[in-house]
Amino acid sequence: MEELLEKLLEAVEFGKVDQKSPYPPQLRGMDGSHELTMSALEAGINPQKILEEALIPAMARVGKKFSENKIFVPQMLMSARAMGASMLQLKPFFTSGDIKTKGTFIIGTVKGDLHDIGKNLVAMMIEGGGWSIVDLGVDVGSGRFIEALKSHPGAVVGLSALLTTTMVNMGEIVTSIREHMPGTKILIGGAPVNTEFCQKIGADFYAPDPQKAVEYMNKIAS
Amino acid sequence: MKYKNLIITDPEGLIFGIAPNPVKTRRGLEIGGGQVYAELNFTLPIMSICDSTLPEVYRHYREIAEGALEHALHLESKGVVLEFETLLEMTKTPTIGIEITRIMNEVCENYYQKHGLKSEIRLTPNDLREFERPAKQRTSQYLEPMMELFEKGAMAGGDLLSIESTGGKEVSDDALMNCDIKTIVFALAVLGARDMQFLWKKIVDVANKHGKIAAGDSACGFANTAMVLAEKKYIPKIFAALVRVISVVRSIVAMEEGAIGPDKDCAYEGPFLKAITGIPISMEGKTAACAHLSPIGNIASACCDLWSNESVQNIKLLSGMAPTAYMEQLEYDARLMNEALRAGKLHRDVLQQLLVASDVYTDPQALILSPENVIRISRELVKGDSYVANAKNGALMALDIIEEALASGKMKLSEMETSYLPFLREDLESIPDNESDFVEMMLPLIDQSKFTMEEYGL
Ligand code: B12
Repeated sequence: MEELLEKLLEAVEFGKVDQKSPYPPQLRGMDGSHELTMSALEAGINPQKILEEALIPAMARVGKKFSENKIFVPQMLMSARAMGASMLQLKPFFTSGDIKTKGTFIIGTVKGDLHDIGKNLVAMMIEGGGWSIVDLGVDVGSGRFIEALKSHPGAVVGLSALLTTTMVNMGEIVTSIREHMPGTKILIGGAPVNTEFCQKIGADFYAPDPQKAVEYMNKIAS
Repeated sequence: MKYKNLIITDPEGLIFGIAPNPVKTRRGLEIGGGQVYAELNFTLPIMSICDSTLPEVYRHYREIAEGALEHALHLESKGVVLEFETLLEMTKTPTIGIEITRIMNEVCENYYQKHGLKSEIRLTPNDLREFERPAKQRTSQYLEPMMELFEKGAMAGGDLLSIESTGGKEVSDDALMNCDIKTIVFALAVLGARDMQFLWKKIVDVANKHGKIAAGDSACGFANTAMVLAEKKYIPKIFAALVRVISVVRSIVAMEEGAIGPDKDCAYEGPFLKAITGIPISMEGKTAACAHLSPIGNIASACCDLWSNESVQNIKLLSGMAPTAYMEQLEYDARLMNEALRAGKLHRDVLQQLLVASDVYTDPQALILSPENVIRISRELVKGDSYVANAKNGALMALDIIEEALASGKMKLSEMETSYLPFLREDLESIPDNESDFVEMMLPLIDQSKFTMEEYGL
């Protein structure tokens, strides 16, 4: 049993989606996360355990390697895909309530801004940390954040902005969230923003990179 | 394929300040005509752009232009280009962009009349079509305000027309993160090139109608993005170098449609365009560090005709306003290059050698920009019968050059980097030369919900 989980952890860490996939070369021909999750469920392993003891630790290792510059984004994306293949099979257990995520994270690039590469990376890493993600995309105003919060009460919100003329929109969105959904935790990021700006607009935390964002999310989840 | 041969065939001919086809402007700049001018890029500080802040927005741009030109005058500048990259609101509501152009042109004209200081404005509307996904490159409602800004902005004094157009970007964004070189070729050599044909016909028409200059289009969203990601160690530098080479086949379409330069700087594909078409180019390097870091600080200037920076906010530094400070840095770099040009071939060649040698083996992205390598790669970029073939051949030559530098021990790269070499080569070699064969090969591999074929005439 433990062995299966270890294998699954390894498959996700190295981005092995299924048996057919040629990547990574050292695992060629072996089972990927798709088959291993199936076997784990068949062996009667608790789905929550699959998530907590294989998938999340695998992505934590990936995140650590990435933040230490030991792997590039494409490798991280392969791991995210392998995790996705596993999650697909765990989905019924999320719906039935047998598995609980740490919570929901709603993320978007603010109104007027289209830069989304950084936002996508942050979303991916937080998902790997065991959160459900609602990605609202780019050019998102306060209305859509509030709407999403209403559908996912208690969710944490992440705002991204890359332009000096759109970061001010973060302020408006924070004010509006505070008014309509008080108590919401709001995380911000993007090249022009910093901790000082975060405090000024009344957001909760500024993270310069995905790793710091995940650390903060883990802290508030515990 | 309009260009089958290079205009500059010898690396020695690829030098700063001199372009085979210089561009003369209304107030007398001769770009590529024997000297290097500064091109200043600037932006607003933290603020929103709305009705109530418009007077403040206009004040900022007037202050930037006046501060920059006053200091250029003080430094006995031979001429300046002001690079106005519009922000969303200024293109969506073209009257804002037009008014800012008018204000800055008034400042330029004033310095010209009173002091004889020559300056021009490069007007770069941002490509609004990005706001729709999947992009409607040809039928977007946003084309109208964008083209209005081009036309009326040109009439208001935006004499050099440029854009960083985004055709194919909806496909390339993911490809960059996945280091998927085949999809990058698809995005740039198929979608990008096709969109450039569509868009640049229109821009050239506007320029011709009003006696303005269709300058050029830089693949910022592709090659600059790749460089910034590589600089953050998110993707391999080798990959970013290849993206730059591939972007040439897309950016050259502006020239095929009638653009004459100076090409725009952001994606650093200018040296190849200069070698192939003879147009003058703008480049940015160490001076762009206000907006993003780069591994090509010195080598980028080796054959520039305009020497530029990247968006610097109008904020106060201890010396003065930041755009004025950057004006000074650009001016001193230009002065040095101009002094070398004045002193003769020996001096200018030595200066160029130093600019090249100080960067060339530190990063594959620098390596491909040495004049010698630019010529080697450019030959490959024009030898095929399709953009796809040219992209593939150029990228393969860049890979050869990178591998040679590694084999000789002159350039060192981590194992993490070099492990990508065989995959990249294999992928590139699998690309057929013919566009329709390539499209057929790629369509099943690409998420087709991301783009609309008809919007690219496919
Ligand atoms: C790539 C890029 C683009 C690409 C964007 C591609 C895409 N799909 O996102 C393209 C070419 C399309 C583009 C367009 C424009 N851009 Co731009 N762009 C950049 C560039 C070079 C890099 C941004 C990037 O992707 N970095 C890599 C990612 C991984 O880093 P990141 O975004 O910072 O994200 C990291 C952290 O910040 C953090 N983070 C980010 N978001 C969040 C959110 C949360 C919740 C958390 C916790 C953390 C977090 O984690 C991320 C991962 O480490 C920047 C330069 C810079 N200094 O950022 C200019 C820059 C931001 N752009 C600029 C400009 C001017 C523009 C344009 C107006 C240009 C034009 N005239 O066409 C348009 C604007 C379009 C719009 N309305 O948004 C200027 C900004 C000027 C200003 N006033 O602020 C900059 C500074 C550079 C420049 N051109 O001079 N751009």
